[in-house]
Order: sequence, then structure tokens, then C-alpha cells
Amino acid sequence: MGEILRTIDWSPLYLSLKTGIVATVLTFFLGIGAARQIMKLNNTAKAIADGILTLPLVLPPTVAGFFLLLIFSLRRPFGRYLLENFDIKLVQTWLGCVMAAFVIAFPLMYRNARAAFEQVDVTMIQAGRTLGLSERKIFWKIVVPIAAPGLASGTVLSFARAIGEYGATTMLAGNILGKTRTVSVAIATEVTAGNWDTAGFWVLVIVLLSFFIVAAMNVISGKNIKNGSGWA
Amino acid sequence: MLEARIVKKFHGFQLDVEFKTDRGCMGILGASGCGKSMTLKCVAGIEKPDSGKIVHNGKVLFDSEKGINLPARERHVGYLFQNYALFPTMTVEENLRISLTGRDKEKRIQVLEQIQRFQLQGLEKRLPSQLSGGQQQRVALARMLLCKPEMILLDEPFSALDGFLKDTLQLEMLELLKEFSGDVLFVSHSRDEIYRFCDHMILLSNGESVVKGLTKEIFRKPLRVEAARLTGCKNISPIERISEYELYALDWGIKLKTAEPIEDSICYIGIRGHNLVPAANPEEENTMKISLAGSAHTTFQRQYLIQNAATLSSSKIWWIWEKKEYESEEMETIPLYLKFPKEDLLLLS
Repeated sequence: MGEILRTIDWSPLYLSLKTGIVATVLTFFLGIGAARQIMKLNNTAKAIADGILTLPLVLPPTVAGFFLLLIFSLRRPFGRYLLENFDIKLVQTWLGCVMAAFVIAFPLMYRNARAAFEQVDVTMIQAGRTLGLSERKIFWKIVVPIAAPGLASGTVLSFARAIGEYGATTMLAGNILGKTRTVSVAIATEVTAGNWDTAGFWVLVIVLLSFFIVAAMNVISGKNIKNGSGWA
Repeated sequence: MLEARIVKKFHGFQLDVEFKTDRGCMGILGASGCGKSMTLKCVAGIEKPDSGKIVHNGKVLFDSEKGINLPARERHVGYLFQNYALFPTMTVEENLRISLTGRDKEKRIQVLEQIQRFQLQGLEKRLPSQLSGGQQQRVALARMLLCKPEMILLDEPFSALDGFLKDTLQLEMLELLKEFSGDVLFVSHSRDEIYRFCDHMILLSNGESVVKGLTKEIFRKPLRVEAARLTGCKNISPIERISEYELYALDWGIKLKTAEPIEDSICYIGIRGHNLVPAANPEEENTMKISLAGSAHTTFQRQYLIQNAATLSSSKIWWIWEKKEYESEEMETIPLYLKFPKEDLLLLS
């Protein structure tokens, strides 16, 4: 163990955390935004839009990776357009890691946000309107605080999912040490190379990290459970 | 001054009401699910009617023909929700403050004044869940009035409170409404509340306004069978007209003389339970020999279910007798005859 700690390249952990944080910030706002817009739709439109937004959760990450490549590959029009006009490149870059993690983690945030919003009593929104408040104020000052526990657990789950993303990441961002090799990619690489010790170390790191994230979530949301004690 | 016509389809039936009110408190009485709350929500602008027109003090709030639908926030309407709709994550103070605009200092003064006016001192930092039902209602009222509404809508304001509290709070609200100069709409399924608060009222049944007018007048002379039921008349029977001043009550098996002429439109007769009086002489007008079918007692009333002794297939009739003394549960003897005083008979169409 001491040997590993002395010689290991920490860049995968650093990359994973950085990717996770950036992707989570993106999913947080876009997930809430999407959930809010979806709440305004009628039932048919809601079902269709919800299906599309939830797909990355149920599809294999490699399928998501395939679609991401289809869009962002430098041999495809949009990817080339981004590179030529904005100098943005997602294939084989850290930005690709973020994009892959974002796409995979997004449904978790979106679904949790939507479930949380659905729990908010509509009379709260109606009351806000009769009190002359703007829709914006109603949403951020009234709805979001009421939905906060659900939003918090959505955020934590997205973060946990984002730091562990593997399938879509390898396809879009590849496996470049110090650039796109996150912890989960590193595990696969080390095992393939026969370095079971290093792989095991990364496994331990990911297991502990995930455990603390989920435990933290339970502490946050546990405070708001009113009738949990009745089950014991 | 509020003029409204609201047509809206929902829950498989059609709401179609039309009313007009000028100052003072107008009651909307109806059974659960008859469209009372929906009417109020349409006026407030949180539900949209399919068609109709709502005009308040000359300002068009809604007009389906002209395509006008003013958003709720621009209608200046105060709405007291059935569950009070206090924002659960905000303290009392924050709940009051949220609708205010302007400088922080001014806001603070306004909130402070309102807290004193509504006797909420000491509760400023509490969350709504830490308040009693009555306190929650006071906060909701205070919050609503801070917006300076031009019209107040009260949606079953007392249904979430228990009995003792209700009476006190009703008196408090009466005082408050006296100070308010605009229109007030008061929705309730309780005829007592409507009677107490509203000088005029409309009666809703199955989404339609059945009767409109002065509250006391409607309670005294409901005119329509739905109105009689909703104002608490338990005894109603279809009739056959015999002559201008005489009819036969089909369900009760009795001929009754009336004080007023029986018009062709009249098809029902009603009498309130407490208007029936014991009679000594069976030969008296409108008197029936009775047999007892059941009895139930509330704190201050004896309620008897009686029947025409002559025809046992006849419908049962409620007879209500106020207790003079709280202790005595049963009357020693049930009278043999009950009289239907003709001046108390309600002719209904």
C-alpha cells in the first residue's frame, strides 16, 4: 500500500472530481430548468419529453457514447463546426469527459427535481400569483425551497453518477493519462495491464467516495422525513 | 362592483354562473363539488374560464370574446385559501414580507405594523407548521391584506378549524371585513357561515346559480327546492295542487292549507323541522297524527323522526325541538299530533 501511495499518479482522482463537479453544476441548473418546463406541458407532450430526457438513464452508456460521437466527432458537421468557429473540441479532451458525465447524470437530477416539484402543493404557486409575485420569484423563492430536499438528493446522486462514468467517457473522451483518464477509466486500464494493486487502490477510493456521498445524502434528506419512525 | 359570467367545463360537468355584487360580502353557498371554489379561482385568475366575462370596478379581468385574460398578479385580488397556503419554508415575518416592494426599511415597518394589527407578536420567527390553525389563518389574512387588494375572496375560510376556535375567529373576521371597503366573495358549504357573513348570496347547485338575492330573504323564502335544501330545510315533499290555497303533500299523505296562493310553478312543499308544533286538537288546521320512527339528540336540540300515523308508507319527517334545559334528554311524552303552521310552509318550484 505504501508503495502505491508513493508512486501513484493522482491525476485520475483529480480529473474525476473536477469532471464530477463541473458536470453536476451543469446538471443542477439544466435539470431544474428542464423539470420546470416539463411541468408546464400537457400530459402527452410531458410523456414524450420525459421519455427523451430519461433515456440516458436506461440506455447502456455506450449507446450514449455512440450518439455523442455521432454529434461531436470531428468528421461530422457539428463537431467540425464547433472546432472551426469556436475552437471547441470534445473528442479526446477533458471537455468530452464533462459532456459524457453530464449526459449520463442529467436524468437523475431531472427526475428528482421533477418528482420534488410534483410534490409542491399547487396552491403555493396560486397563492404567490394572487400576492402579485412574478413567476420567477414564485419559482426561486417558494417552489425551490419547498422542493429543496428532493433537489439535494438529485444533486448528490448526479455527482456520484458523474464521477463514476465510464462507458460514454471512454468512447468520447478516450483514455489519455493526465487528460481524460478518470478513476473509473483508470481501473479498467490498470486491470487490463495486470496492475491489480493499483486497480484495487482506485476501487477502494471510488467505493469510499461513493459511500460517503450516499451517506451524506441520507443525512440531508433524513431530516425532512416526518413519518419515518413509524416503520420501525 | 363585480360583474361575472363564468362558463367552464370540468370534472364532467359544466359550471355556468352569472352574478353581480356591489360592495359588501356576497356569499356563494353550495354543496361540495358544485363549482364554488372554481368560481372563485376564475375570478382570481388562477383558473381560466372557457368563456365568459369578469369585470371589476370597470376593469376587465377576463373577456373571452375580446381575448382578455389578466394574469392573477395584476388583478389585485386577495385570496384566502382553504388551507391558507402559507409558504412552509418561510417564517411568519418572511411570509408577510414576500409580497412587499420598496426599500428594506419601509418593508420592515409595514410588516411590523401588520404583525401588531393581527396580534402576531412573538410569532415572527415561527414557521407555519409551528402555528395553530387560528394563527395560520391570521397570518394568511395579514399577508393577503398587505397587498392592498381591491377585492377579497374567501374560500371556505373556517373549514379547517375546530368548533370553539371557529366562533371566535368568525367574530374577528367580521370586524375585519367591516373595515374593508371593497367587494368580498365568501364561499362556503355552511349555511350558518353564509348567514352570518353575507348580506346577499347566490346559491350554486350542479354548477348553476339557482337563486340570487338577499341572504335573509332566501333563508326565509327559498322559493326553489334546491335552495330550500341548501338552507337547511330537511322536510320537502312533492305536491298535488287541489285549489288555490290547498294542496296534497304526496310524501307525507296530508292535505295542507297554505297562506299564499299556490301558483302553477309550485311542485314542492317544505317545512323546517323546528317550525312543526305539537297540537292538542286533531281538528285543527294542517294537523297530522304522528308515530315516532326514531330520535337523535344534539347538545341543545331534540331531533325526532316522525311519520304520518295514518299511512306507514309515508316519508319520514324531521321534527326539531330546542331543549330548554340541557339535562333533560327525552320529552316525557311524545305529542300525538303535530301541526304544520300555514305561515311557515315553504312553497317551492
